[in-house]
Amino acid sequence: MSSVESAVRPPVTKIRKRTLKQRLNASGYKWAPYLFVSPFFVIFAVFGLFPLLFSLFLSFHYWEPASGLAAMEWVGIENFTFTLTDDWFQKSVFNTMWIALAAGIPQHVVAIPLAYFLHTSFKRSRNTVIGMYFLPFITSSVAISLVFTTLFSRDFGMINMLFTSAGNWTIFGDIQPLSWLFPTANIDWNRPEYTKTMIAFVVFWRYVGWNTVLYLSAMQTIPKDLYEAATVDGAKRWQQFWYITVPMLKPMMFFAVTLTIIGNLQLFEEPFIITGGSGGLEQAGKTAAMHMYITAFVEGDFGTASAVSWILFALIAFLTWGNNKLLGEKK
Amino acid sequence: MNKITKSHLIAYFIVGMGAIIMLAPFYFMFVFASHTNSSILSVPPPVWFGGEFVNNVGILLDALPYFWHNIGLSFYVALITTVLNLFFCSLAGYAFALFEFKGRNIMFVLIMGTMLLPPFLGMIPTALIMSKLEWMNQPRALYIPMACGAMGIFMMRQFISSAIPKELIEAARMDGCNEFAIYWRVVVPLITPAFGTLGLITFIGQWNNFMGPLVVMNDMKMFTVPLALRALQGTGQVPWGAICAGAAIAVVPLMILFVMTSRKLIDGLTAGAVKG
Repeated sequence: MSSVESAVRPPVTKIRKRTLKQRLNASGYKWAPYLFVSPFFVIFAVFGLFPLLFSLFLSFHYWEPASGLAAMEWVGIENFTFTLTDDWFQKSVFNTMWIALAAGIPQHVVAIPLAYFLHTSFKRSRNTVIGMYFLPFITSSVAISLVFTTLFSRDFGMINMLFTSAGNWTIFGDIQPLSWLFPTANIDWNRPEYTKTMIAFVVFWRYVGWNTVLYLSAMQTIPKDLYEAATVDGAKRWQQFWYITVPMLKPMMFFAVTLTIIGNLQLFEEPFIITGGSGGLEQAGKTAAMHMYITAFVEGDFGTASAVSWILFALIAFLTWGNNKLLGEKK
Repeated sequence: MNKITKSHLIAYFIVGMGAIIMLAPFYFMFVFASHTNSSILSVPPPVWFGGEFVNNVGILLDALPYFWHNIGLSFYVALITTVLNLFFCSLAGYAFALFEFKGRNIMFVLIMGTMLLPPFLGMIPTALIMSKLEWMNQPRALYIPMACGAMGIFMMRQFISSAIPKELIEAARMDGCNEFAIYWRVVVPLITPAFGTLGLITFIGQWNNFMGPLVVMNDMKMFTVPLALRALQGTGQVPWGAICAGAAIAVVPLMILFVMTSRKLIDGLTAGAVKG
């Protein structure tokens, strides 16, 4: 008796007593998720997608912003052909690539062994050491680039002082054993041949800790018994590093290198601050993203600048794809 | 287990030297912040703290009369961005983690895809939109576009789907709780650790944001700290001491935050990388 009743009655009473609020709740389950994800799409539509489409539209136009939106003039692909044949754009792409390689390769060459040392040899002090290497990554790139311009000054910069005192270090009265490696006179870091080196160093300094942390977190997922088996077999530490750690890190290398490519090709803040927003003498430190900014906001040519940004985007997409083809499938 | 061998000592030495190189710029930032210009320009430059910090801040305030206002504005913008980001990202993350709905996967892929779009691509139109909306020199031009980021949604979805069992949500639903109340009373209290991590990342990112304010703020009073510091450049005689004092003021809050939370922050930043 009771089992039949309890099976039948609750639904009946529930339907009868359903209030407006409950009915709203029942349908709420259907629309709630859409409502909950909608803020992203609203914001993205207005401040992400629309700007993207508008910049594509702009890139086919000539336009003086001062004369209003009506004054746009359709020029077809002229902005693109102009940009691609523009010496300054080509130079900025060359600079970007140069800095990307000079800052990017050492980042990984240093980060992987560093992460290995931290992983194998540091126990209690590990987090403190990681923190020291990671600190540059979280600080303001503008503040720190300004500090670096002080350190790299010609006549009083700390870096010149260190270099020249190493270069001028004498033994036996007049022999300068390090003068072949270090300069004996102050270097003017603002000269075009040094600008890119300076920027690359600051970028390297800023991101090496980030890469170390990435590699370290990947190392922590490598099974310990691999190393134990290798130790039993008599493998030395560098052999373990070379034959176990490095191959096991391949997927992370792919990921980290991809991030470096994407990040370094968009380089803007460090070169912008270090060269005072100008690109430096002979524009030696002007990156492609800076070229875009200057074309738009200094020269006021929004159409060409939009074309620059799309060409740069295509370049980044192409190199990321190439990296994927080259490294991604080998893992 | 590890004997101290010669190769270990070399490793410690190299890693230690590296750490010094990493920290040296910060050290000289503080040293120069406490010296006059002429003492910084002397050869050799100072390597120990001087007593001119207050004077340098004075010079800084002469060049940037609104510097305290700029700091307040940076703080305000970063805080509002963080609150909005936590709210919207956790709502979306909750929906993606615990609801079954049509188009869920495709929407999630689309959102993740937006992370691939480089920020400079929207720079020019954003400046135009902001001036059309008359949002130039308005804090909302900085926090509204950043109010709900893909990275935050990803983090929140990961955390919610691992920390909150579906049964709990269903039980609350049975009890007649409406969907928003479930979020507010059940989900939010359980995800405070993730709030901490995402909050830190958002706050630091917005505090350091340079490209955003660069195109929407042109009134010195409405500059954020990075823009204000940048304005010190190229004003004839470069006030090195004041620049370093300003940089130190901009960086110290982050350093304190980092020292207190470094583990959490690093784990949060690399969460996507390791799982992916």
